[in-house]
Amino acid sequence: MRHTITVLVENEFGVLSRVAGLFSGRGFNIDSLSVAPTNDESISRMTIVTRGDEQILEQISKQLNKLIDVIKVIDFTGGEAIEREMALIKVTAEDASRAEVLRIADIFRGKIIDVTPKSYTIEVTGAPAKIEAILELLRPLGLKELVRTGPVAIGRGAKGWKG
Amino acid sequence: MKMTGARILLECLKLEGVDTVFGYPGGTVINIYDELFSFKEIHHILPRHEQAGVHAADGYARATGRVGVAIATSGPGATNTVTGIATAYMDSIPLVVITGQVPTALIGNDAFQEVDIVGITRPCTKHNFLIKDVREIATIIKKAFYIARTGRPGPVLVDLPKDVQIATTEFHYPEAIELRSYKPTVEGHPKQVEKAVSLLLTAKKPVIYVGGGVISGDAAEELRALAAKLNTPVTTTLMGLGSFPEDDPLSLGLLGMHGTYYANMAVTNCDLLVAVGARFDDRVTGKIATFAPHAKIIHVDVDPTSIRKNVRVDLPIVGEVKDVLSKMLKATEEQGDKADDFRKGVGPWLAEIAGWKEKHPITYKQASTTIKPQFVIQKLRELSAPDAIVATDVGQHQMWTAQFFTFTKPRTLLSSGGLGTMGFGLPAAMGAQVAFPGRQVVAICGDGGFQMNMQELATLVQNRLPVKICILNNNFLGMVRQWQELFFDKRYSQTCMELPIDFIKLAEAFGAKGFQATKPDEVEETIKKAFETPGPVIMEFKIAREEKVLPMVPAGASLNEMVLNA
Repeated sequence: MRHTITVLVENEFGVLSRVAGLFSGRGFNIDSLSVAPTNDESISRMTIVTRGDEQILEQISKQLNKLIDVIKVIDFTGGEAIEREMALIKVTAEDASRAEVLRIADIFRGKIIDVTPKSYTIEVTGAPAKIEAILELLRPLGLKELVRTGPVAIGRGAKGWKG
Repeated sequence: MKMTGARILLECLKLEGVDTVFGYPGGTVINIYDELFSFKEIHHILPRHEQAGVHAADGYARATGRVGVAIATSGPGATNTVTGIATAYMDSIPLVVITGQVPTALIGNDAFQEVDIVGITRPCTKHNFLIKDVREIATIIKKAFYIARTGRPGPVLVDLPKDVQIATTEFHYPEAIELRSYKPTVEGHPKQVEKAVSLLLTAKKPVIYVGGGVISGDAAEELRALAAKLNTPVTTTLMGLGSFPEDDPLSLGLLGMHGTYYANMAVTNCDLLVAVGARFDDRVTGKIATFAPHAKIIHVDVDPTSIRKNVRVDLPIVGEVKDVLSKMLKATEEQGDKADDFRKGVGPWLAEIAGWKEKHPITYKQASTTIKPQFVIQKLRELSAPDAIVATDVGQHQMWTAQFFTFTKPRTLLSSGGLGTMGFGLPAAMGAQVAFPGRQVVAICGDGGFQMNMQELATLVQNRLPVKICILNNNFLGMVRQWQELFFDKRYSQTCMELPIDFIKLAEAFGAKGFQATKPDEVEETIKKAFETPGPVIMEFKIAREEKVLPMVPAGASLNEMVLNA
């Protein structure tokens, strides 16, 4: 099962390597990982998307907590969290397809951030499923380059995690 | 007053109560050694290899319960510590290892004797640090000791660049340290303890399974009291040996791959298993699917990751084993009649176990002309002091020691359980002897493992450390040979150590003494002579070459599928 885990860590060198090393050393999967400092500059926030059964997810969570630099581990599942991901997509756009690319970008509330006579580069944000959907439509038109941030997640409701 | 970083390091060690360090000088730690030259409060032992230095600090830590300290220079000095660090990590031994590093300006430049030791040791330390500023030394050393000794203990590496050692600053040592990201659970949850005791008292066939956590958590007394109160048998892992007296009728000895028939049968047939400070290692469980198949499992451990890592657990209790066991004892006492009924109810189970003990005791066939290794171990027990400390290498002799020595006190067996590091025994014994100059310390080695760190004979002689070294010599890498015999059609690939080394002359070359026994009737006399001779002594026993460690659960088999006679 797919899980989105948020990890608050000390903003120090080597922390990313400790977390990444934990996943590779114990054979856990990482589908995506994004990391940046929080409002409190001494704390960084990682969002990790991983897969595994209940026992593996329990181990991942415990093992992350065991790392000395990890302050908090939150496992977001189901509807408790909102996930957003950004993708920058460079698409072939010539003759007939130029208009089609624009229409698709518009439907997904994407922005054109770079234009050439032969291509458009689209910025689009949304839940991972939405990114998948626009990619599916653009792929037949000629996808030249794709970069995704991987999702970041935040819990629903008024309560906030410090940092 | 301003001090150099090197001096601050030594002041910190002193304030942490460190009286001995095991270290090896070199270019990037020369400033530390220069300060050490006039720093009389810290005793320094110079091993002949950094790996042995870390094993010695580890042996010191295992024997005393205190944090062991080792120092090595950058580059090869640092990489040589890795096996020692990994050994301590797998067995949860508190160490602080200090490595020199090239000056901060050169880090990353492939400088002479530069290696990214923080990167290399990340997966085999509890935590590690690179100090980039002299003002950080005091806080980081405080953190290092705190992390090493609290929660589930483990090794911490501190990498200290040369320019940071030379820089000066005011020295203030923090009295206490708090880490927002590290707060080990100390106390077991009272509700969980209550539930555990209720569950326990419903059992008819209980077993307590104990690991090294009871020793590192100083909980042997609590364990003994609880086992006695519940009239419940106790089996230990290799790391747990000594936590429960093996001469107690409730003791089942070792379980697992080379465990006793009755311990393995008891675990397979029990209806309730209380695991305490143990982590269900594959050498203990055998095939997971058939491990304790009828049992509810209660698991007590200070490390939450140990729980449900390998086996399902019905009732976890996270906390220090000493706290949890004493709470369990108290909760049991509060049960009054119910606890008494439980005690009586266990009777038939104990009788069943007694039957297994009688059917297949731990034994061997004595021979008239060749020395049986098990006989040597029994004689060593008989002739050594009751509080003697035994360190082993890894292999057959280690298992024979575990099976035949009869350990009764915590911290009397020092053995590399998790990593299984050959060459551990001699330096670990050395560290224990440094900690306890007046106690009898015996290193039990095979001829293979001994040769991995035999250079430490020099350290023993130089520091007048009277370690008695017992070499069970079969001219084989015996454990691998045993596997080759049983599972590889006797194809003894590279396990025969053909060269007959003269260990007596070797001892003499280092200025130690050596004795040899080749026949059973020489064993006792050789041991006595070794124990009576001052200083380090090698006693070499030419043992039956193809003797096997039995019983044996083949790798991946169930605990009740033991090979008893092969």
